[in-house]
Amino acid sequence: MKRLGFIVNPLAGIGGRVGLKGSDGQEIVDKALRLGAVAESPRKAVETLKELLTIRDQFELITYPYDMGENEAKACGLDPKVIGTIKKGRTTAKDTRQAAKDMLDLKVDLLLFAGGDGTARDVFIAIGNGIPAIGTPAGVKIHSSVFATNPRNAGIIASSYLVGDVSSVRLCEGEVMDISEQAFREDRLEARLYGYLKVPCVRELLQDVKGMTHPEEGMAQDALARDVLDIMEDDVLYIIGPGSTTRWVMDRLGLRNTLLGVDAIYNRELVGSDLSEADLLKLMRGRKTKIIVTVIGRQGFLFGRGNQQISPEIIRRVGKENIIVLATKEKIVGLGASRLLVDTGDPQVDQMLHGYIRVMTGFGERMILRVAS
Amino acid sequence: MKEIRKLRRFQAPVWSEPVVMEMGGPGERGILVPESEDEIKATVGEAESYIPRQMRRQAPPKLPELSQPQVLRHYLHLSQQNLGMEENIEIGTGTATMKYSPKVNEMLVRLPQVTEVHPLQNEQTIQGILEIVYQLDMFLREISGLDRFTFQPSGGSLATFTNACLFRAYHGSRGELPQRDEVITTIFSHPCNAATARAAGFKVITLMPDENGYPDAEALKSACSERTAGLMITNPEDTGIFNPKVKTFTETVHAVGGLCFYDQANANGLLGITRAKEAGFDACHFNLHKTFSSPHGSFGPGCAGYGVSEELSKFLPVPVVTFDEEAYHLDYARPHSIGRVREFFGNIPAVVRAYAWIRSLGAEGLLESSRVAVINNNYLSKLLLEIPGVVRHYDENEFRLELTRFSWEKLKEDTGCGTDDVRRRMTDYGLQGHFMSHHPWIVPEPFTPEPCETYSKEDIDYFAAVLKQISHEAYTNPELVRTAPHNATTHKPDSAPLNDPKKWAMTWRAYVRK
Repeated sequence: MKRLGFIVNPLAGIGGRVGLKGSDGQEIVDKALRLGAVAESPRKAVETLKELLTIRDQFELITYPYDMGENEAKACGLDPKVIGTIKKGRTTAKDTRQAAKDMLDLKVDLLLFAGGDGTARDVFIAIGNGIPAIGTPAGVKIHSSVFATNPRNAGIIASSYLVGDVSSVRLCEGEVMDISEQAFREDRLEARLYGYLKVPCVRELLQDVKGMTHPEEGMAQDALARDVLDIMEDDVLYIIGPGSTTRWVMDRLGLRNTLLGVDAIYNRELVGSDLSEADLLKLMRGRKTKIIVTVIGRQGFLFGRGNQQISPEIIRRVGKENIIVLATKEKIVGLGASRLLVDTGDPQVDQMLHGYIRVMTGFGERMILRVAS
Repeated sequence: MKEIRKLRRFQAPVWSEPVVMEMGGPGERGILVPESEDEIKATVGEAESYIPRQMRRQAPPKLPELSQPQVLRHYLHLSQQNLGMEENIEIGTGTATMKYSPKVNEMLVRLPQVTEVHPLQNEQTIQGILEIVYQLDMFLREISGLDRFTFQPSGGSLATFTNACLFRAYHGSRGELPQRDEVITTIFSHPCNAATARAAGFKVITLMPDENGYPDAEALKSACSERTAGLMITNPEDTGIFNPKVKTFTETVHAVGGLCFYDQANANGLLGITRAKEAGFDACHFNLHKTFSSPHGSFGPGCAGYGVSEELSKFLPVPVVTFDEEAYHLDYARPHSIGRVREFFGNIPAVVRAYAWIRSLGAEGLLESSRVAVINNNYLSKLLLEIPGVVRHYDENEFRLELTRFSWEKLKEDTGCGTDDVRRRMTDYGLQGHFMSHHPWIVPEPFTPEPCETYSKEDIDYFAAVLKQISHEAYTNPELVRTAPHNATTHKPDSAPLNDPKKWAMTWRAYVRK
């Protein structure tokens, strides 16, 4: 029998309705509660679980005590196996991490969690690539591509994954993104890519799970990488931005890649890994340079999110015509709007990037997209 | 809307029939061939002796062995389990124009003058057929404004491929092919435009829509350069939105030396209203099995009329049917031709049907058919937009042409039932499930009905009433919709293996092996 791990972050989303832009940290939670906030995530978690009632005999539900899953499961009439211990009343990020770690140790078939970007980060820290996971969107910030569009769809994805032939369902990489709440409260958007969770791709629901890698996307990304190799010139320094799309180029070249950092190659050899702005400027000296970047799924950012090492100064020196943008067609469609965003920190450089840019979307396939701020 | 009192209760037959390969038994035969007479045997010997030894099979082919009644029964059962275009109100299958094919035209294509001719006959003996081909060419010239048509492509994609080959030949003849390696299309054009341009060796640049659903004219300008070989687009696009700036599109592409191709596979809202020539196109094609009433044929009798300007006509596939005021000829002596794209002259029965259909309607009739198609579509839009759960993107375009792309996005959000669930449930009411969208899905949870001039107001009312009922079911009993169909021959199939090449079997042999 398949086993489903289930974790609720009962405080996720609590800051949303009262305008606090997030729920990270004790102080904010207290403030939210004082403002009369009601936790949203238990209700949403129940909505998700209801989708699993029709297959209740076909899987075992394993969860954490009280409002971290037990209460929600019982509210639906499910009879879960409860593991772990927590203090009743107030849970913390540590509890989420411990619970996810326990699910990893138990090797559950799928981990279903309810929360927001912060919860996804905690889950990622605990399980990495170990087991597949899917998120019920219940937080204030949902920038990660590991969530279904609504709680019900999370249940449908989980249900399809559990009753289907697990070996035939492809797993895709969903981006775990989070933004700094502190900065967000000050009206700045600082987003970071923290890594990738393995997420089941259920065909009928792909449209919903926007920004997530398409099941056939491995093929598309590899084809894209081959095309990049075809147009790669000798004696040119290539700055390789972060992300899973650019990684395929490095894989094709057989070079070590920094998933969340910036690397550089010259004549198909690695000349620097996980580089800072200063490292890059040094490497660029006396060399013609091109930048290979991808688009951040769902948000559409080209520069200024997760690749700040490629600074305005570097972009200015390289020039717009030497920027090679890679993104599969599915990723572009998943943006929902046909424009890309830049926020380099330098308005002049942003201005320089505005207008239209070519995006390589497949072998011999391009799209034209507008760049805006 | 006419009140539909009662929806049809439909129940498809279920024969649970095995595939023909698993039927019958050793030695069963449909026809028993009599033994040859001794005298004949003695004179000519065994038939086998005429086949060289190394070419003889070691074992007989593994074919099913059945009697005639068994075969007849089997295929009748299969046909009953089908939900064909002529059995249902097939408004759902938009972009494909499921148009009624007048039965009198079937009598024409079954005349021995059509069925009993051979394409290698001397052209003097098939003057009648050649005249029909030539006349249809003349009709399509008038309808499009272009200068010469071929009917060799056996479908829309083969026509767009023919076009991509013509682009190649044209630029090659000017010595510019190495430089001009890019073809521009739009995301809402039929994907065969991008695919066939790629197959012909071009890089493809795709334009996304602007906020109003039109292809982005500024993006086109930025895409155009000395590398542009041409533009391949549909208009109206899959959304049913007609791009009124299409002339500036062709001008932009011509200004950099590119050619313009107008995919008019479905021209059902345009006959007698707008023409490819006036919009500035150098080439276009019509699917005779859509706009011109020939039936769709599952790789069978499809046929596309592909037409070009005078300047491009020397590149057309051979043979071209010509007329010298006395007789019709098959012209093979065309040194610039791209060659053949299909055997002989294409699917002649489709040409005959299209010819007869146009002759029966005349110019006014064609215009009328397009007008009715457009009115039907806008009437249906009004009905559908009143159904809870249905939305339409780019809604500022109030009127659409012959079809509209709608979305069940709201229904999915509210009830969990999406477009795939609805289309399966439609079968329970005796309707073919609606076409969703070409890929990728830009409009979420899409569906694309097309109530062409074939359908009466009652038909359209019924179609809308079924969707209204399914929406009601989704809001009150979503499980019913999600587990549909309940009255069809097959139930909800598992679509996962479709994505897994390990599970594909295109032949019986592959099926047995896997």
